[in-house]
Amino acid sequence: MEDCLLLDAGSGGRASQRLISQCFFRHFANPLLERMDDAALLTDIHGPLAMSTDSYTVTPLIFPGGSIGSLAVHGTVNDVAMLGARPRYLSCAFILEEGLSLETLERITADMAAAAREAGVHIVTGDTKVVPRGACDKIFINTTGIGEVFANPVPSGHSARPGDAVLVSGAMGDHGLTVMGSREGLSFLTDVASDSAPLNHMIEDILQSAEEVHVLRDPTRGGLATTLNEIAEQSQVGILLEETAIPVHEAVRNGCSFLGLDPLYLANEGKCICIVPEDKAEAALEAMRRSPYGKEATRVGTVTEGKAQVSLQTRIGGRRLLGMLEGAQLPRIC
Amino acid sequence: MQLEQAFQDPQLCRSLLDRLNRALDGRSMRFMEVCGTHTVAIFQSGLRSLLPDTVAHLSGPGCPVCVTHDAEVAAFLDLAGRDNVIIATFGDLLRVPGPGGRSLKHAQAQGARVEIVYSPLDALTLAANNPGDIVVFLGIGFETTAPTVAATLLTARQRKLENFCVLSLHKLVPPALRTLLDDSQCAVEAFLLPGHVSTILGLEPYGFLAKDYHVPGVVGGFQPADILLALCMMAEQIRDNAPAVVNAYPRAVGDAGNPRARALLEQFFMPADALWRGIGSIPQSGLTLRPEYEDMNAMVRLDLTLPDVPPLPGCRCGDVLKGRMAPPDCPLFGKKCTPATPVGPCMVSTEGSCAAYFKYSER
Repeated sequence: MEDCLLLDAGSGGRASQRLISQCFFRHFANPLLERMDDAALLTDIHGPLAMSTDSYTVTPLIFPGGSIGSLAVHGTVNDVAMLGARPRYLSCAFILEEGLSLETLERITADMAAAAREAGVHIVTGDTKVVPRGACDKIFINTTGIGEVFANPVPSGHSARPGDAVLVSGAMGDHGLTVMGSREGLSFLTDVASDSAPLNHMIEDILQSAEEVHVLRDPTRGGLATTLNEIAEQSQVGILLEETAIPVHEAVRNGCSFLGLDPLYLANEGKCICIVPEDKAEAALEAMRRSPYGKEATRVGTVTEGKAQVSLQTRIGGRRLLGMLEGAQLPRIC
Repeated sequence: MQLEQAFQDPQLCRSLLDRLNRALDGRSMRFMEVCGTHTVAIFQSGLRSLLPDTVAHLSGPGCPVCVTHDAEVAAFLDLAGRDNVIIATFGDLLRVPGPGGRSLKHAQAQGARVEIVYSPLDALTLAANNPGDIVVFLGIGFETTAPTVAATLLTARQRKLENFCVLSLHKLVPPALRTLLDDSQCAVEAFLLPGHVSTILGLEPYGFLAKDYHVPGVVGGFQPADILLALCMMAEQIRDNAPAVVNAYPRAVGDAGNPRARALLEQFFMPADALWRGIGSIPQSGLTLRPEYEDMNAMVRLDLTLPDVPPLPGCRCGDVLKGRMAPPDCPLFGKKCTPATPVGPCMVSTEGSCAAYFKYSER
């Protein structure tokens, strides 16, 4: 193979075959994929099914704690899992820019394969397009996941009830600040790394241990604050958070303070919000803490009656609105 | 950072609140926090919900984005459409609407080259990497940011970077405070002076507040206990009829400020009349590049002018900035003017008072 990607690799001809077999098949190897039919024939999956799709366009492609490849698997696996489903299969579509280093593509593909192995899912169908230089930003990945729903009742953003406990599986903002720091070359952010992780095994344990889970969500773009606002609106409830209870790593707190950002609005890729009846809170927390990805799990607030908004009880005992983010967070002047 | 958390201690804040109540002794007080960062800190910490009802806090003209005049926004939007020009800017300015509602974000979507930088020095890297283009750094800010821009100009000279220039729209805080106090409708009884700006200026430039206008001024930090301490000192000065300019933020601000930064400022800049949004022209309240640095002055080098821009109909940002009106009392607040559809910069800037009221007040 050449050392960078040529347009030929998207031709559908031999160059495409070489890329697929030498890169994708080698890493994603499984019998369903290797049949190379127009679609994957799935015979051992049982409904009800959950399905989710997402596209990944992160810059830089490789960052502390992960890469666009691991992210593309974790993100979709987690979205499927949040519905109380066991993710089984993924599709994967690449849009690649001519000139992309094949070494980079190989690294990203290997990351995807490793992430899929850890999550216990198979990548069974895919697509590759190569576009001229400048037509996309090096590499875009779309993944679609499908999983078997086992939770009953199925967790949903509509199911939060007054009196429920609001739990998070760990510290907020690691991924968002890491990616921003890597993109902008902010050398003082040395102690931050993305939390990107597959949460499906932890979710399964939570659902089995707590028996009744009202809401499961991963607070990705927009962070904890925006996700909780969505839940408050969907369920038409208020949510009251305790500022001192919300875990934020020191390095993230410092970096945000410097840049004028709020960690509660930064993306997370390996955390979940779990809203459960009060009497199930302890069981759910224990299940989270058994997972390597939930060791810092904690209760951060309570669902309340009243207006569909999220309020924050601050460190000094005051109270204020924690609204939905408008546009992207931008670093301030002074 | 643990030090910062000590200034968020609930018991400390409670005792300062008690001290404030004792100083107020039932009377009301109208103080102005000059700086947008204070405005945000008061809301973000939940302090506003704890302050006695008798304390009216007014947001002053200390958010650099808020006071950027429409004509100045029009000027940099003009630049953003030009060939071979790369705009380097801090992120806050991207969403600021100019005349007609167009912003740098719109210009960017239409192909203008606009780069967010985290330090003015990053703009020099942009200039070095794009030798065929002119990189214009949007110099917006107060005495806090201007010295770093001066340092950047110095570095550009030393590195012989000829394709870098600054559009200096910097503003100076003390002349604006004097203008507010000269207004017969001014209702400010005491100023919470900006901590960041004071790290450069020290106390002396605010001396006129107490001397000429008999108004207290207290330099305050940005943690809840810092702010409460400053409020206590302001209330006590009013109670005792003993106005003075004092420093309640000694861990960051020296009484003499930072002479080295001021010297650097003076090397590159000189005071000039400046336009303030909602207030108008204030004599000697801006900074322009000295004539010997004209090649790095975007106004001169790119032949820019500040166009005549009529005020936006219905926008009361000026009254808000002067402390005459609280944001929710503006007829546009939360209706025509929201963070998604800002009419004036007080709603668009993260440090704007209208944005803070909209974002943090429970409804």
